[in-house]
Amino acid sequence: MDITVNILLTIATAATPLLIAAIGELVVERSGVLNLGVEGMMIMGAVAGFGVAFLTGSPWLGLLASVVAGAMFSLLFAVMTLSLATNQVATGLSLTLLGLGLSGMLGTSFVGQPGGRLPYLYIPGLSDIPVVGKLLFGQDPVFYLSIALVIAVSWFLFRTRTGLTLRSIGDNHASAHALGIPVIRYRYLAVMFGGACAGLAGGHLSLVYTPQWVENMAAGRGWIALALVVFASWRPLRVLAGAYIFGAVWIGQLHLQASGGISVPTQLLSALPYLATVVVLVLISRNKRLTLTNTPAALGQSFVPDR
Amino acid sequence: MKKLLFALMTTAAAVGFAATAEAQEKLKACWVYVGPIGDFGYSYQHDQGRLEVEKELGDKVETAYLENVAEGPDAERAFERFAREGCKIIFGTSFGFMDAELKVAGKFPDVKFEHATGFKTAENMGIYNARFYEGRYVMGQIAAKMSKKGVAGYIVSFPIPEVVMGINAFMLGAQSVNPDFKLKIVWVNSWFDPGKEADAAKALFDQGADIITQHTDSTAALQVAEERGLLGFGQSSDMIKFAPKAQLTSNTDNWGPYYVERVKAVLDGTWKSDDVWLGIKDKAVLLSPFTNMPDDVKAMAEAAEKKIADGWNPFTGPIAKQDGSEFLKDGEVADDKTLLGMNFYIKGIDDKLPQ
Amino acid sequence: MRLELVKRPGRSKLFSALSPFIAFALTLIAGAIMFSLLGKSPLAALHVYFIEPVTQLWQIHELAIKAAPLILIAVGLAVCYRANVWNIGAEGQFVIGAILGSVLPVVFPDTQGAWVLPLMLVMGMIGGAAYAAVPAFLKARFNTNEILTSLMLVYVAQLFLDWLVRGPWRDPKGFNFPQTVQFSPSATLAELLPMQGRANLGIVFALVAAVLVWVLISKTLKGFEVRVMGSSPRAGHFAGFRLNRTVFFAFLLSGALAGLAGICEVSGAIGQLQPSISPGYGFTAIVVAFLGRLNPLGIVAAGLVLALTYLGGESVQTALGVSDKVARVFQGMLLFFVLGCDTLINYHIRVVASPGGDGAEAS
Repeated sequence: MDITVNILLTIATAATPLLIAAIGELVVERSGVLNLGVEGMMIMGAVAGFGVAFLTGSPWLGLLASVVAGAMFSLLFAVMTLSLATNQVATGLSLTLLGLGLSGMLGTSFVGQPGGRLPYLYIPGLSDIPVVGKLLFGQDPVFYLSIALVIAVSWFLFRTRTGLTLRSIGDNHASAHALGIPVIRYRYLAVMFGGACAGLAGGHLSLVYTPQWVENMAAGRGWIALALVVFASWRPLRVLAGAYIFGAVWIGQLHLQASGGISVPTQLLSALPYLATVVVLVLISRNKRLTLTNTPAALGQSFVPDR
Repeated sequence: MKKLLFALMTTAAAVGFAATAEAQEKLKACWVYVGPIGDFGYSYQHDQGRLEVEKELGDKVETAYLENVAEGPDAERAFERFAREGCKIIFGTSFGFMDAELKVAGKFPDVKFEHATGFKTAENMGIYNARFYEGRYVMGQIAAKMSKKGVAGYIVSFPIPEVVMGINAFMLGAQSVNPDFKLKIVWVNSWFDPGKEADAAKALFDQGADIITQHTDSTAALQVAEERGLLGFGQSSDMIKFAPKAQLTSNTDNWGPYYVERVKAVLDGTWKSDDVWLGIKDKAVLLSPFTNMPDDVKAMAEAAEKKIADGWNPFTGPIAKQDGSEFLKDGEVADDKTLLGMNFYIKGIDDKLPQ
Repeated sequence: MRLELVKRPGRSKLFSALSPFIAFALTLIAGAIMFSLLGKSPLAALHVYFIEPVTQLWQIHELAIKAAPLILIAVGLAVCYRANVWNIGAEGQFVIGAILGSVLPVVFPDTQGAWVLPLMLVMGMIGGAAYAAVPAFLKARFNTNEILTSLMLVYVAQLFLDWLVRGPWRDPKGFNFPQTVQFSPSATLAELLPMQGRANLGIVFALVAAVLVWVLISKTLKGFEVRVMGSSPRAGHFAGFRLNRTVFFAFLLSGALAGLAGICEVSGAIGQLQPSISPGYGFTAIVVAFLGRLNPLGIVAAGLVLALTYLGGESVQTALGVSDKVARVFQGMLLFFVLGCDTLINYHIRVVASPGGDGAEAS
């Protein structure tokens, strides 16, 4: 039983940063903006989180810093693509490039320094219940935050008026504008929410997952988060499922290897999630109704309001 | 520029020898790294070696480096740039730089080149490597003593000879203490991804290992051991700060002495192309202080370290391959060529080597 | 205060010409600030960054080597983006082109003759095009989002290469290190002027491709189709163009060019296959395509400029002892300024003091 609990905990830790970054990007894309800079915002969050925790001694302040850093960094993308109408794909890629460089520069003095880890939740009594205690009441705080985010985003997008407005902007910014909706303002907020989430995901990396700072420690997780959003056909609960399936496949194959029961090339195993995403993409796009209701039709297009 | 240099030289010659010595430029020594020096692992340790050269040789040298250099045309440009910028000795620190470095060495016969972990040499290009497997043998012995379950977990990147050699050496050490020792191996397909390494460490512990070692660069696996109250080994750098209660020792790279020696040789005009494989004996492989273990284990580890320093090779027969066929006869020592190309497990490793 | 864009009646000729210079000036100012914050003389740093890398002949060759794959790939991508087809998987097409093009020298290393190299190049193009055909097919048949399929296939291609060079294609004499045999001379792309430097035919292919694609886009019916389908597919439909045909055309063309870049890189600059053959050319080329404003001739200039930023980055590292991170940040700033300034071509920017109030025209 213990091993099952441990496997589940490992999966949760591996899935959490993907889930948080993806849920943020989902909101961004629902508003019709494609920000390919997730990896860059994530790594900025990681360095800011570690740095502040290291300098102040408080991992909580670190976590807060990672959120702020992600949001501020995404603001750069927002000004470029929303106020100056630059191409979103090129700007997003540039943002990642800049983030990787800037984080390395800022983090030079943190290399080789052990940092603080966010404490795990512990509720006397509840956390000690066999099996479920640890799973439900004994994980790191960011895990709970990630689940709360999924629920909140899901409720916001599909149960609130503002969420409906946001989605309508993503579907057709011109008609939303014609109805008097401040398209650009909505998108600014969406992009910054996405940045904050990516930053938080980075903070999870450097404060929970592996409490340390090293250059490029996001190691491609931002790109996987981008894939997850589409894998989930822009539905929050499916992002949750996708992140956990992804984590389970990855952790599962590690266990298979460790128990000596595997002889498939490791490259094939590493390629599986990407192939799976392609297959899922094809499956959902074959279903016209599903695609039409969920895909933000204006995704990636610049919008300049005429006066 | 050339004219200016010429003018300087003639002036210097006119003033005489004393002046020449003063006008003599510092010797420039240069390094090309494959990763960022902020990796706290492989490239970081090479850069520590460079800093040691600066410290030891002071104002006789100046150094420069390029980090994050991709293998291929970027590497070739890096070497060419250094050769043209007046570097007198250039160290290429990644196997993948081999052919690029060799090509540039052919173009600049007056510049000395040094290449780590490769196998091609030239008149002006020497190779150097470190016998990390020696440290791993000692670590294997410690693991077999300290493990309660007799099972260690081993996190590895890619199935190249250097890595396979390390796994075998670790197992040989462990078997010398406990012939039934078991090893669980996980390939993570990456040299550097702290998250993946942490996941792999957790999986290995969950599958019954109680000691962890890795041939990847980050401190993540050790941190997991620390958190779970289990034990592990460091790699490349001394990681005791990250795992004060878990680290038994760390197999650290120590390139400084070799770099100082080679740069000095250029200063003295005694540099010759060589092919060296340094080990514990040469202090190129350093086991950081033995911690978190009882004194008898420590004594054993120190004895093994000394035995190796005195010239004993862990790959001394009799050793059988995984399938039971003979690898080394009783008393036979593996030659370096065999080790450098090693692509099989020894007997007792219960895993299939990915091919 | 906020910014407001006002669309110009047409593209501004003035700002088309001026915007790169404004961007460059802004980069210089920002760069000067950054370097002085780091305690380096800004003037010296900028000189080392932009001028020093092109003062010697061999460096011009290096510039050509670095720029060639960027230009080749970006020119193809420009056709895609003009057609509103979002291929961002050029990196994968580059890799598969390199792999298929390498079949001859790796699997049949003894084949000799003048026909070997041309055949390799053609196979490289076929490889890239075939790999690009996958997202094109999925888009045409199932309307699957090509941004994501093409991106996902990049990772698959890289892992496939990794498997090949560590497994079946490994050099039997290479001590089990992950690389293939060295290509024979007849499988190696010739250097143009070996006495001066090592630039190879790749840059020639890149320039020829840029001119041909420019002609294609601006002078032919197919180019008209691409432009129309990109800007308004409905109008294109009435003109008798079929969307799927355009999608396939754009993907296959850009895939073939990326594949050509891949095999050129492997047979020219590297000389063998190894686990990683590209420092992200396929992604950088996307930025190059936009810097060049999706115009093949502009892309030539953009490719050279971006290549210069790589060389300059190395120069500041060795000359001033700053880390490569500084160089990358600087590169990032340049990209942002160029992208931002290009906005001036199509728009006035107004600074609005308060919502509703009338702001001053900034430009």
